[in-house]
Amino acid sequence: MKTDELISLLASGEEAVDTRTPRRAGALALLAGLAVSLAVMAVALGVRSNLAEEAHWPQFWTREAFCAALAGIGLVCVRRLSVPGARLGLAPLALAVPVAAMWLLAGAALVEAEPAQRMALVLGQTARVCALLIAVVAAPVFVAVIWALRCFAPTRLRLAGAAAGLAAGGAGALVYSLHCPELAPPFLAVWYVLGMLIPVAVGALLGPRLLRW
Amino acid sequence: MQTSEDRLRGLLLRGLAGDPVAYQAFLRDLAAHLRAFLRKRLARLPDEVEDLVQESLLAVHNQRHTYDPAQPLTAWVVALARYKLIDLLRRRSRQDLLHDPIDEDSDQLAVADGEAEQARRDLAKLLDTLPERQRVPIVCVKLEGLTVAETAQRTGMSESAVKVGIHRGLKTLAARIRSTT
Repeated sequence: MKTDELISLLASGEEAVDTRTPRRAGALALLAGLAVSLAVMAVALGVRSNLAEEAHWPQFWTREAFCAALAGIGLVCVRRLSVPGARLGLAPLALAVPVAAMWLLAGAALVEAEPAQRMALVLGQTARVCALLIAVVAAPVFVAVIWALRCFAPTRLRLAGAAAGLAAGGAGALVYSLHCPELAPPFLAVWYVLGMLIPVAVGALLGPRLLRW
Repeated sequence: MQTSEDRLRGLLLRGLAGDPVAYQAFLRDLAAHLRAFLRKRLARLPDEVEDLVQESLLAVHNQRHTYDPAQPLTAWVVALARYKLIDLLRRRSRQDLLHDPIDEDSDQLAVADGEAEQARRDLAKLLDTLPERQRVPIVCVKLEGLTVAETAQRTGMSESAVKVGIHRGLKTLAARIRSTT
């Protein structure tokens, strides 16, 4: 087939293209992923019984804001990386803000604490399972974001995969926090960050294979 | 590509709004730019240029919904063409690992100027390998020039199935190109 023939083939019978449809599909997929993730958390782990009480504590909202900020930055990166030629801009740098803030809070808490209690602050009660559970709860969102990205045309596949992992990891941590008893910044600064890094690493690893077009 | 940015962009936007004539003019203009862009970067593989022009055009078509009018068209097209170029080079290097290494001398002899418009890969043959539900709508609407409604009537498919078939078929075509190169 000559190139001119291909061009007539592509152009003939063309109707208006609705550029909003894939965006809407992506948003719907994201909501569905979030719903599945919430269901997994609620059924397999259970929502904390004293959640209403915790909602009055500033540490609770610090944790939620931390997770939400990382999910939001991840989502912005995903959006920018989903289209050829779009620039990432300052979004990756913005990542440093919530992470540095949480590490500062953690550092301050550790300095204030008695030396003998420092380890306990970092390990909390659930250090062994926290990161892994965040990754598990993040999985449905990860699948949804990857599916949504496949409706678009990312050209930097490893980076796009990592951004998908970050969005999913942040959202997964946010959902998991409704179950999680830990509020101490030293704990969050280690295990929450680690938990979010798991989907980021998976995304970076699988991105080139999952997102190719 | 800078100078024709506005012209190309205007044609594409009219095409996206449902003007097939403007869209065809856009693709034709774009093909010339892509050819120059790729020929410069594939100086050592001149035989691949036209195949890659076609693959890039198909990619532009399949991804046209991702173009954001607020974004420069040049950046979008160049990023897309570069992606396809890198993809091709990767595929080739993988093949070259499996088969004989490229013999540089014979490669240079293979330069076929003037034949540049001739693609080596025949998309028409690849089109024949698509599943019926994708192939038939493409043949009816895109090659025979029937409307979607006429195609639906003739084939007994619903109108939306015809549209979906075309859409998926062109995506399958791009996937077949990737796996057969």
